[in-house]
Amino acid sequence: MSMTATAGRAHADPHHIGVVIEHPGPAPKRIVTAYGFWVFLLSDIVMFSCFFAAYAVLVDQTAGGPRGSEIFEQRNVAIETVCLLLSSFTCGMAGIAADVRNRFWFYLGMAVTCLLGLIFLVIEFREFADLVARGYGPSRSAFLTAFFSLVGCHGLHVSAGVLWLLTMMAQVFAKGFRADILRRMMCFALFWHALDIIWVGVFSVVYLLGSGV
Amino acid sequence: MLGKLDWSAIPLDQPIPLIAGAVVLVAILGVLGWVVVKGHLPYLWHEWITSVDHKRIGVMYILLASVMLLRGGSDAIMMRIQQAVAYQSQGYLPPEHYNQIFSAHGTIMIFFVAMPFVIGLMNLIVPLQLGVRDVAFPTLNSVGFWLTATGALLVNLSLVIGEFARTGWLAFPPLSELSYSPGVGVDYYAWSLQISGVGTLVAGINLVTTVLKLRTKGMNYLRMPMFCWTTLASNLLIVAAFPILTATLAMLLLDRYLGFHFFTNEAGGNVMMFMNLIWAWGHPEVYILVLPAFGIFSEVVSTFSGKALFGYRSMVLATMAICVISFMVWLHHFFTMGAGPDVNAIFGIASMIIAVPTGVKIYNWLFTMYGGRIRFATPMLWAVGFMVTFIIGGLTGVLVAVPPADFMLHNSMFLVAHFHNVIIGGVLFGAFAGFEYWFPKAFGFRLDERWGKLAFWFTFLGFYVTFVPLYVAGMLGMTRRMQHYDVAAWRPWMLVAAAGMAVLTIGVICQIMQLVVSIRNREALRDRTGDPWDGRSLEWATSSPPPVFNFAFDPDVRGEDAYWDMKAHAQQQSLEHDLPEYHDIEMPRNSPTGFVCAFFATIMGFALIWHIWWMVILGGIGAVATFVVFAWRDHDEYVIPAGEVAAIDRVNIEERRNLVSMAGAV
Repeated sequence: MSMTATAGRAHADPHHIGVVIEHPGPAPKRIVTAYGFWVFLLSDIVMFSCFFAAYAVLVDQTAGGPRGSEIFEQRNVAIETVCLLLSSFTCGMAGIAADVRNRFWFYLGMAVTCLLGLIFLVIEFREFADLVARGYGPSRSAFLTAFFSLVGCHGLHVSAGVLWLLTMMAQVFAKGFRADILRRMMCFALFWHALDIIWVGVFSVVYLLGSGV
Repeated sequence: MLGKLDWSAIPLDQPIPLIAGAVVLVAILGVLGWVVVKGHLPYLWHEWITSVDHKRIGVMYILLASVMLLRGGSDAIMMRIQQAVAYQSQGYLPPEHYNQIFSAHGTIMIFFVAMPFVIGLMNLIVPLQLGVRDVAFPTLNSVGFWLTATGALLVNLSLVIGEFARTGWLAFPPLSELSYSPGVGVDYYAWSLQISGVGTLVAGINLVTTVLKLRTKGMNYLRMPMFCWTTLASNLLIVAAFPILTATLAMLLLDRYLGFHFFTNEAGGNVMMFMNLIWAWGHPEVYILVLPAFGIFSEVVSTFSGKALFGYRSMVLATMAICVISFMVWLHHFFTMGAGPDVNAIFGIASMIIAVPTGVKIYNWLFTMYGGRIRFATPMLWAVGFMVTFIIGGLTGVLVAVPPADFMLHNSMFLVAHFHNVIIGGVLFGAFAGFEYWFPKAFGFRLDERWGKLAFWFTFLGFYVTFVPLYVAGMLGMTRRMQHYDVAAWRPWMLVAAAGMAVLTIGVICQIMQLVVSIRNREALRDRTGDPWDGRSLEWATSSPPPVFNFAFDPDVRGEDAYWDMKAHAQQQSLEHDLPEYHDIEMPRNSPTGFVCAFFATIMGFALIWHIWWMVILGGIGAVATFVVFAWRDHDEYVIPAGEVAAIDRVNIEERRNLVSMAGAV
């Protein structure tokens, strides 16, 4: 059955400007996948925004415990930030390498990204361990609760990202640059860059604003 | 080894949950036994459990919702009986049990009845209306369904292993904190919602992407059927609101499990932050539920009036306005909690403004009916019943949106009556209308009209007899969630409400009878044309039930009411086209990923509730490994050869030609 309708083309030109824009049909898979992943990232950012809001509400509730300025070490945070920003660059390099099907540069870019991510995680973990050892764990005060949750939530995302990165390398190693694997690689890159953007928020709201007071 | 779990978790001294649990267990074992003995297991596994077909997944969502409706309904019956008898006495339900029942009732009805019902209908119909073969991410769709089922399973497990929350359906702290609720009830609540919330988010992302990126050729935004628009709005709200619920419950869980201080009374925690966060999700949630229902009514009213929807564009605008404003009214849920007059005034006004687009919709439906040739089939009855009922619910809503009035009515039975008025009258009536309307599309035969109409009238009248008394009791000062009371003036109204519950129950029985009778008479009720209601949108352009690929060709849409135009055209042309050339169709392959992932999620959720840490790790690794295995597979599509497509499609064309020639003869 030929599925054609004939109601005239009046409605394809809703504003009567003489330009008829017909919807061309379903988008290609690459677009659909990336679009869906963008929508997921937006939802993830909404979740982070709740933790940011909670931090803003609870930042002054120190309950006799330390304030941010007493526990933040700017040198560590600077190194963390450099690691993440550089890793975004190397992740971009890996993405380009995947697009041109260059295995060497792909593995190199991903390996460096992984390494920088791990350095970030080690520094963050040591910061957390140090605070807990000094008695400033998340149960000490509502401020520390919010701090550990917000920064820790980002850290968990980075950890998940590192695991995903390793499976991406394994997939390329085993299957090559197949179309579906390239689509996943694109999603991974979006995820990694989004974590960077959230880190910029964490860096500004938590560490920069916090250490000034 | 087993964390907090031991034999004391089984409530051996409480007959009601034990008997209920035993009945459910026997029913499940009976069904499973029948399936295995009759040899249906392979069919069930290949055609349903591992299916990634949006139609099958939609049907499974609706099945889950229907079963849970019976569970939530049983809770409602128990509460109504309790309040009918507990005048100057303890009634038959002890307080701690009664508190679990109203908490479970709310949780189940919202998360495991209303949500899966509307998500199921959207899944089933939206790809068909858009003229496409499946949703954007078919396997994730299956994952989303099975995670929702996991949540439902965990809630029901709490009936016999441990206990459910006694904190109400939103578990407000500090009551829900560890110091006041040390049992596993709140953990059951929070983990089942966390797991099913992931499922809902997946469904939301999937449907947003489907509507925005997968429409067929010529399906411009302003040619989409209204149901697709409301689906888009509802799923945008899911994507924007459900992460808030996830974050809020995560904070509550951190408080309970690791001694954090988000919402505690000590160390600077802030209880009001919970109220704000939970309602920033909670208010959009009611529009997530009711917008798809509005879409269903638009389709039903237009079809059964034989007219195009009146004011299509104002309807689109109203839908998107509700989508945006629904995020600006959350504070009206706690006017009494100290925000002050300025803030209350702003949120009160915003809450009244949101009634405006809703009013636009009501007028559009009325004007669609005006001058139309109306057929009062069962779906149309539900739609008209909805309009009457929802207006009353909307008006009482505008009343409690006025802060001074709200100070009198907050947390009273009036409020209970109000939100049941909009949720039953709006969402549930919509779900039933959609169920009656699209059942022939899903299964290939119509539902029995006589039983359907009986079900409508009993439910409609039962609703009023049950909930009007609650409005009155609220006016008389009765607060919600009372296990017993001593005020004589409330008693008669509670007795009437209990009688109303009996009428509602008859409605449910009629609905079940309708299904039984229709299945028995399915040959007589068979829909051979694929278009039993003289429909207007593309889902009626394919056979009932549709082939797995939905459409042999991508439909080419040239205007609103795409299928109506095709029919008009076909009558003029007498369908004289030659048979077209068919092509191979690629479809996504079935996958057990969703089921296996949910299996591990169930293990993980249960272990988290009972603090069985080794099992948590096991379940977590299993769930992640499932996804890695899924990512590893080499073939995710299979091909339906052109010959097979042609064979399936020709039958459909033949039936349709008969329909057109018969219509031409008249």
